[in-house]
Amino acid sequence: MEVLAYLIPISLFLGGVGLVAFIYTVRSNQYDDPEGDARRILSDEWDDKPKS
Amino acid sequence: MTAQLSSGTAACPGCIAAPAEPARPVPEDVQIALSLPGIHCSACIANVERALNAHPGVEDARVNLTLKRAMVKAAAETRAADLIPVLERAGYEAHELDPGALSATQSDKAGRDLLMRLAVAGFASMNVMLLSVSVWSGATDATRDLFHWISAAIALPAIAFSAQPFFANAWSALRVKRLNMDVPIVLAILLALMTSLWETALSGEHAYFDAALTLTFFLLAGRYLDYRTRAAARSAAEELTALEVPRAIRLVDEAEEEVSVASLAVGDLIIVRPGGRMPVDGEIVSGKSELDRSLLTGETLPVFAEAGLAVSAGEVNLTGPLTIRTTAVGEDTSLHRMADLVAIAESGRSRYTSLADKAAKLYAPGVHILSALSFLGWYIYSGDIRTALNIAAAVLIITCPCALGLAVPAVTTAASGRLFRKGMLIKHSTALERLAEVDTIVFDKTGTLTSGTPELTNLEDHSRADLEIVLALAEASSHPLSVSLAKSARNAGIKPARLEDVVEVPGYGTEGTYRGQRVRLGRAAWTGAPKGDQTAAWLAVTDQSPVAFFFSDSLRPGAAEAVQAFRDGGKSVVLISGDTRGAVQTLADKLGIETWIAEALPQDKATHVQELSDQGRHVLMVGDGLNDTAALAAAHVSISPASALDAARAASDIVLLGNDLSPIADACDTAVKATKRIRENFRIATVYNIIAVPLAVAGFATPLIAALAMSTSSITVSLNALRLR
Repeated sequence: MEVLAYLIPISLFLGGVGLVAFIYTVRSNQYDDPEGDARRILSDEWDDKPKS
Repeated sequence: MTAQLSSGTAACPGCIAAPAEPARPVPEDVQIALSLPGIHCSACIANVERALNAHPGVEDARVNLTLKRAMVKAAAETRAADLIPVLERAGYEAHELDPGALSATQSDKAGRDLLMRLAVAGFASMNVMLLSVSVWSGATDATRDLFHWISAAIALPAIAFSAQPFFANAWSALRVKRLNMDVPIVLAILLALMTSLWETALSGEHAYFDAALTLTFFLLAGRYLDYRTRAAARSAAEELTALEVPRAIRLVDEAEEEVSVASLAVGDLIIVRPGGRMPVDGEIVSGKSELDRSLLTGETLPVFAEAGLAVSAGEVNLTGPLTIRTTAVGEDTSLHRMADLVAIAESGRSRYTSLADKAAKLYAPGVHILSALSFLGWYIYSGDIRTALNIAAAVLIITCPCALGLAVPAVTTAASGRLFRKGMLIKHSTALERLAEVDTIVFDKTGTLTSGTPELTNLEDHSRADLEIVLALAEASSHPLSVSLAKSARNAGIKPARLEDVVEVPGYGTEGTYRGQRVRLGRAAWTGAPKGDQTAAWLAVTDQSPVAFFFSDSLRPGAAEAVQAFRDGGKSVVLISGDTRGAVQTLADKLGIETWIAEALPQDKATHVQELSDQGRHVLMVGDGLNDTAALAAAHVSISPASALDAARAASDIVLLGNDLSPIADACDTAVKATKRIRENFRIATVYNIIAVPLAVAGFATPLIAALAMSTSSITVSLNALRLR
């Protein structure tokens, strides 16, 4: 049963990573335009940098 | 010079094109919001953004396809009016939106907050469930205690964070000594946590941490669904408001400048061009024209306007430019005074208790009494406070209104989604339930049953020669009657006669010379004809008596079908209008409406709706004008078309987005179905309780049974709601 000492913290940590990632996406407005983002992925005229 | 100085005080820096004065700091970038109703694909996004970014002055443009909107960051002197033609050349319809009216949607704080709590509750309940499954499948002794302690460590902070909305609601209800659905929820959550902690400390067998967390998760999911439905309706309603950008043309020292309506002061001179709407109350100083007052009074006959006439905000100028001296602005305008009427009449919906509240009223005391009784019973029977408290907690958790919390939002979300696809926005949370009870429908005439555009009725009564002259005269004017007349004549294959010296005389009509004779098309008095109460334009040729062209308001598409559907459904239909008897009677006969009232003042409309309500009827009011606003608020439930005035839309529960009226009848059907589903869901939840409660009271309930009962009832209820789609 010693394996529990590793597995429980690991499972909690991984779950926590998921939660933090979700909170990050909510905070950075990534759910504002789900439909547009789904289609933008098909457009090939986008580079990584925003026009400034 | 004064023009430039005062332009510095304009509220919106993007509204003025004046060059920056040296003394002013570097102008900041402006945000321009554009509505793009036509975009639908990735090519549209790319084309719109490319077109906008290519425009000088635009710093950044970003399209939001979900909202069908573009947000443009641009240099201070850029105006939306410059960008719209750019997009039109690219093939996209664009309208300017007022960024001020949109601000609420952009920072969607409440929704984000709820989503965050939902995420935390979901994360915590999954982890705790993992540990609980191990316990249920046989972990014992020290391992079980360890799992329980870890569960407690996750559950306590997670619930402290994510269940806050319930704590707040329950507290606000208890403070005014009332019970709502949140009181038993909070009690169940707190009691579950308390007894579970106690059990864990005594290394007991049963802990309900998972139940407390899943309960929170499911209930938050219900809240979030509910919120999303309303947020979608709210943002669409806001967009309608934002489409009317409040601008006016102010005259300062003979120079025109565009300013926001909010910055107008009493005594300012403003110019209202033909087709423009009066932004404020005032008095005409110069100019002659005709005014369309239908949105305020329901009259379809345009009113002659010249210097000295008082005008009110909301009237539409038809033919000539008018200069107006402002007499009242903002809160003092007749538009806003009308809104006070609404405040008085606002009782239709506050009287209504939603189905969920009714259920809570029955349910909350029942659950509390049951739980208290089982506590007492077990305490007397076994003399052990720990057993008794455990069983009382189990009863509360099993009866937890998990399914009840989802029963209403799941159905309203499905129904609102369905109606939204048909072009209806449900603005109020209980609007559907109230719509299901409707048995009497009151319609307004102008702008609601009719589309507000005139239609020629007696084309065949006239000689070809007359029609040729009329067509030539009508095409020289943009007055709604002329436009309609010209269209009918062209459709009948008439060619315009050759006239000379055709001029439009604003406020009166058009005149010209035909083979040396003076010909006139216009108002009765101007052409020497008798005055009637029907909408008409008169043609006068010098040596003949004037002939009349009669118009009736054309029916809105779907109006006849909607009225027919209501009559077939056994509901009574009433027509109340501020228009003249003749016009109202004609329309009522055409649609087969037996009860009609003409020449009604705004207050009469509200009083009549009130009288119907006092007779025990549930009135659905459909109206668009300012004169309908009080009636809209007084009715049990109200609908207004998107073309309605802002005040009317604000007072109604449902906004009809399209031009077609027929979805109204469908909406009533959907509402009846939705209410049926809500009741079904309550019954499903009750059935689960009837099975599970005896187990809990008898002391056989385990955390596993509680988890199963809770999840299955919630899922069944959601699936039942989905049948509505």
